[in-house]
Amino acid sequence: MAKNKVEKVPLFDRIFKPEVITLENGHSVARPKSRVPLILAILFVAILIAARATGFDFNILFNRINQLTVILGKIFNPNWSFFPKVLPPLIGTIKMSIVGTVVGCVVALPVSIFASSNINKNKPTLLIIRFIISVVRSLPAIVYAYFFVLVFGLGTFAGSLAIAFFTFGIVAKMLYENIETIDMGPYEAMTSFGANTLESFWTACLPQILPQFFDNCLYCFELNVRNSSILGYVGAGGLGLLINERVGLRQYNDVGMILLTIFVVVMTIDLVNDYIRSKII
Amino acid sequence: MSTTNHYNENVLEKLASEPNNLWKRILIFLIILGLVIWGNTGSNFTGITEKGMNVAKAILNGITHPETLLLFNFTSKGIPMLLLETISIAFLGTLIGAILAIPFAFLSATNIVPKWVSIIFRSITMLIRTIPALVWALIWIRVTGPGPFCGVVTQSIASIGMVSKMYITAIENLDTGVLEALDACGCNLFEKIRVGIIPQLSASFISTAIYRFDINLKDATILGIVGAGGIGFPLTDAIANARWNRVGAFVIVLVLLVIVIEWISTKIRARLAHGRS
Repeated sequence: MAKNKVEKVPLFDRIFKPEVITLENGHSVARPKSRVPLILAILFVAILIAARATGFDFNILFNRINQLTVILGKIFNPNWSFFPKVLPPLIGTIKMSIVGTVVGCVVALPVSIFASSNINKNKPTLLIIRFIISVVRSLPAIVYAYFFVLVFGLGTFAGSLAIAFFTFGIVAKMLYENIETIDMGPYEAMTSFGANTLESFWTACLPQILPQFFDNCLYCFELNVRNSSILGYVGAGGLGLLINERVGLRQYNDVGMILLTIFVVVMTIDLVNDYIRSKII
Repeated sequence: MSTTNHYNENVLEKLASEPNNLWKRILIFLIILGLVIWGNTGSNFTGITEKGMNVAKAILNGITHPETLLLFNFTSKGIPMLLLETISIAFLGTLIGAILAIPFAFLSATNIVPKWVSIIFRSITMLIRTIPALVWALIWIRVTGPGPFCGVVTQSIASIGMVSKMYITAIENLDTGVLEALDACGCNLFEKIRVGIIPQLSASFISTAIYRFDINLKDATILGIVGAGGIGFPLTDAIANARWNRVGAFVIVLVLLVIVIEWISTKIRARLAHGRS
């Protein structure tokens, strides 16, 4: 028994003995030593290593910071006449995001049902499905886009597919976390009536998760419009190609116009999403 | 006769009074379907070509047969050093970003500063958020030159938007009763900050920073595409040169890294949320 108790004391408290305070009534309490100095020391060492690994240098920053102000000055002074050239790739980006988001979300819904521990009681399949979702989520969309461009050729199809993969990863994770928090009472009531898993899920669980699901999809759509602007960088259509080209030519006023358009579009989508959210939740 | 007889009158009444959403649902479905069809109009899908099939096969073959030699190559071109560089970029970027975000957050919190000040600072953070990380990298590269340092600076700035947004929520949820109690005890401003504000904010601030580290790590892997250091450049270089075994090694390491870091960060954040266990 006594041995068990000793083992429960964390290593830190065994090295740095807690301060024992004796109260007036004779009881004594132990106050563990603060862990802050240790954490700060580890942090300090980590900063040193990281600074060496990345070649961190304040001098460069101070000497050349005026470059940044020049570029930002141009970006915040957008070239309005460039707008007609922004429009077609912008629409391409939005189309790509819509198709990618819808496909990703539709695939994510059934998969996430099998990835939630309160519906799927079979541990091995649960872990396998979750692992697949994790793997899909851990690769950035632009890497998918690069692969798909090579397989399907340049253009928005590769971009849509990349966005679909990315969306699937995010939405499936958020959704199975949501499913695990729902009220299982109605589900059990349905099964006690003799309904099978699918029927009970359809009538008892789906109404509980659908608002969350649509909320996640909308959030993801906004994220995708923002992110898909960079997919063109590897040739997957949309605005990225244009940004790359204009930065290469140092036409920062044009870049400013592109960014302004993205900003307006994202803001509009945000407003529309808020409106839809207020309707469904 | 019919099965409805088994149900209670009240239940049937309740069912009949529920609004019938069928038409609404069909309409929403049609709208989404229409959007998808419209979205597909510009798409260039022409089926997979013979060449595309071969590339797909080569990619899958490469990912299943990664170049293991690269894993144990401790020079600057080997995976261990590239990983260290990538993690360092994310670490420093998150740290600096998390510190830079603190003044922004306090100056945007409506319970600390007047409304007009908060609107100004909120707009600034919004502008920072609008520029994608990759574009920030393209801008900073003109200042710092290519290399991992560019990645650090990029992530420091790109993190501010989201991090300060989450800080603001924590600040606005501050329990001011504690401060009043400290006032009543006769504490000075420094003591009030030390025992009244820092303990309330530190857990959520650290949790936010760790969450952002997760995101920054994923971003750090792609910043290399524009030359901002990390594993991204060797990865895209290997893709461009069709060295699929090398790509396989990079992809597998990347996936493992992200999964492991995400797992650790979730653990730490759960611990921060529920106190030391």
